[in-house]
Amino acid sequence: MIIEWITAVLLVLGAFFMFLAGLGILRFPDVFTRMHAATKASSFGAGLMLIATIAYFQQFFILIESLLVIIFIFFTAPVASHMLGRAAYLLRVPIWSGTIIDQLQEKYNLHTHQLASEKKTINMEISAKDLKVKIIKKQKK
Amino acid sequence: MITKITTPVEVAAIISLLLIFMALVLTFIRMILGPSLPDKIVALDLIAMLVVGIIISYVALSKQIVYLNAIVLLALIAFLGTVAFARYLEKRIL
Repeated sequence: MIIEWITAVLLVLGAFFMFLAGLGILRFPDVFTRMHAATKASSFGAGLMLIATIAYFQQFFILIESLLVIIFIFFTAPVASHMLGRAAYLLRVPIWSGTIIDQLQEKYNLHTHQLASEKKTINMEISAKDLKVKIIKKQKK
Repeated sequence: MITKITTPVEVAAIISLLLIFMALVLTFIRMILGPSLPDKIVALDLIAMLVVGIIISYVALSKQIVYLNAIVLLALIAFLGTVAFARYLEKRIL
């Protein structure tokens, strides 16, 4: 009986986190904040609901499969959202006007898509020097 | 078929189905409105996770544990789709 109540609480809690993810993706002002709402809350909710199935059915097969899915979700969701956030930043998707600090500002080389630890101006000079060297080499050939 | 809803797990499954359907409606609105393409892709990724939640609620409601196999495939396909979209957005080549 107590296992049923634990399952019910975990199910509703996970669904509530998924509802928060949907609310956040509608209400937040910016791609990056929307991604913050969608990815973390939805993977946490799915994890809670899978734990609820483990507690409810109590079979070895379900234990293995649910643990596999939880590990898979918690490994792949950060990778996917990181790739998407990087693509959105390189596409110059507008950032919310109330943003206080943009730590990636002028650090991406927009031609090679490489991230530097200094500002872009130094980076651009280096790339311009490289271009000159390449042009000189071509002319010598 | 479900005739009577008596146990707390079934009540919780119904409540969680309602919550996830509301989240699905909100996510669909964002996917249609979304000002830029990354917004729509984030919404699409969230829709796959919400469908995972719907399947789990349905398994808890109907006790048909066979449907849990669908979750593995759904999570895999959602990840691959998001990665492919992000790679396409960044390089414009697949």
